[in-house]
Amino acid sequence: MLTMILKRLMMAIPSLIGVVIVTFLLTRALPGDPAAYFAGPAATPQAIQEIRVKLGLDRPLIVQFGHYVDDLAHGNLGTSLTTGQPVASELRNRLPASAELTLLGLIVSIIIAVPLGILAATKPNSLLDHACRIVATAGVSLPVFFTGLILVYVFYYQLGWAPAPLGRLDVFFTEPPHVTGFYLIDSLIARDPETFMAALKQLILPALTLAIFSLAPIARMTRASMLAVLSSDFVRTARASGLSAYTVIITYAFRNAMLPVITTLGMVFSFLLGANVLVEKVFAWPGIGSYAVEALLASDFAPVQGFVLTMAVMYVAINLMIDVLYGVIDPRVRLDA
Amino acid sequence: MTDIATSPPRESSLTALFKHSRYVLGENPVTGFAFALFVLIVLASVFGPHIVPYDPLASDTTQALKPPNAHHWFGTDQLGRDVFSRVVVATRLDFFIAIASVALVFLMGGLAGVAAGFFGGWTDRIVGRIADTIMAFPLFVLAMGIVAALGNTVQNIVLATAIVNFPLYARIARAEANIRRDAGFVEAARLSGNSDWRILSFQILPNVFPILVVQMSLTMGYAILNAAGLSFIGLGVRPPTPEWGIMVAEGSAFMVSGEWWNATFPGAALMVAVFCFNLLGDGLRDMVDPRRRT
Repeated sequence: MLTMILKRLMMAIPSLIGVVIVTFLLTRALPGDPAAYFAGPAATPQAIQEIRVKLGLDRPLIVQFGHYVDDLAHGNLGTSLTTGQPVASELRNRLPASAELTLLGLIVSIIIAVPLGILAATKPNSLLDHACRIVATAGVSLPVFFTGLILVYVFYYQLGWAPAPLGRLDVFFTEPPHVTGFYLIDSLIARDPETFMAALKQLILPALTLAIFSLAPIARMTRASMLAVLSSDFVRTARASGLSAYTVIITYAFRNAMLPVITTLGMVFSFLLGANVLVEKVFAWPGIGSYAVEALLASDFAPVQGFVLTMAVMYVAINLMIDVLYGVIDPRVRLDA
Repeated sequence: MTDIATSPPRESSLTALFKHSRYVLGENPVTGFAFALFVLIVLASVFGPHIVPYDPLASDTTQALKPPNAHHWFGTDQLGRDVFSRVVVATRLDFFIAIASVALVFLMGGLAGVAAGFFGGWTDRIVGRIADTIMAFPLFVLAMGIVAALGNTVQNIVLATAIVNFPLYARIARAEANIRRDAGFVEAARLSGNSDWRILSFQILPNVFPILVVQMSLTMGYAILNAAGLSFIGLGVRPPTPEWGIMVAEGSAFMVSGEWWNATFPGAALMVAVFCFNLLGDGLRDMVDPRRRT
């Protein structure tokens, strides 16, 4: 098991190197002269030259790349031009907001999609099966920002059930003492049920938006792989041995059917992390996505680059975890490694 | 070599394709419906600017934020512009972005993948490494980074959407070329003295082509969503240009105060277009590859 994890870790290294090279190239591809760009519109040629030397832009590309890697190794992602704060610390402060939203979205999505897929597979061509197919096709066609807006209109404006889509907490509440950065968990630790409910209310709509978006691939995959497993020999044997339907479906079929579903989670995360940016914009969520969008609009490139890098590193790490999880669930993968 | 062995009479294969298409369309009315929608989208993008009742850019502040009525079918926005006209006119730009990016990735990814699968070795390794690196990013995030770095223009949206789709095309083309590199007809062509490049262009590419075309229609929906998402966060298309993503973004502020039509109609247009492309892609796949029919 440990060798498998180590081998998989080694495999992630080329991906990380690729990610670092691409983000480096993205800064150097900035239109025009980066030095003139960082110096601002009113700078004299002399000031631009000074900045060029200061940023190391007068040196060969490979040396610049060395400095870039060195900065990264020290956790230095540059400084935001608009806020004057180091990008790394701003990203760190905002990351829990994004992570809480994305994870809750994924959990809600799994809670709905997996049972839906299983039920659709156990009763093919039933009403539920058709519902599953409609949900799966509609889910991939819905622009995630549009779903979010519709939910806001219905649940905030029309029904008044949800609070205004303005961030993580209503202005009347103070944020819970910082432990994990997840408001739901922190407020529980602080034994503050009112803040917990307030944070949950703010979270529900954006999390639901993300869930609707990621539902489709999970439900589709669960259904397909359950169908395949349910028609296999060992399930027929289990049925013939007189085991209850529950035991056959959950203990025998579901465990085996989970493997392809876990593999698709990697792809689902790719979509989720991207969709997160759009959802954060719709709900004014103070996460790293909206940070990057604000920086983009102000042509402030360091935060965008830090954001792209952070997202890519997280995505590589998630894929790593999924592969390890795969090994935990399926011993055959471990033997192959 | 040319006369007898290669192609059966052209007309009969065309008729067969037509018959087969009609059979599949009859079998699956949903594909027929999607095709009708597609024709509508094409018509709107070709004739849209000539048939709309109002100038999509003309503002009329006396008519600002009117709900849908007999004069303005989809209502008017905060500047009094007719939402219906804007939604119809926007079709051309969104359709163009989708077509252009898909065509671009078809060229880049398809050719690179076919070469990788056919030649193997270093070509394969380099193409595979590039695809893996792109796949290491969450795709929308990478597209954001590319547009931010290269500059905020429609061309760069097209390019970014093409780049994030590159791995998908390269992998499919590679796999399809790879299983054919030692096929009988390739061996025959090689034995009769054709060069590698000639085999690649005249034996391998025509065989991989239909599979990639299906892939194109399947990724069209994603391309539109990606482009609209980018312009929703303020990249690429600039106001006042009518484009679905940016119209939803502009209308989003009015959603919380109840003026729903501003964002809903362009959003719905986006949804219908993506839905149509996805259905059409499924239908085309059924025609080309009946084994994967679901």
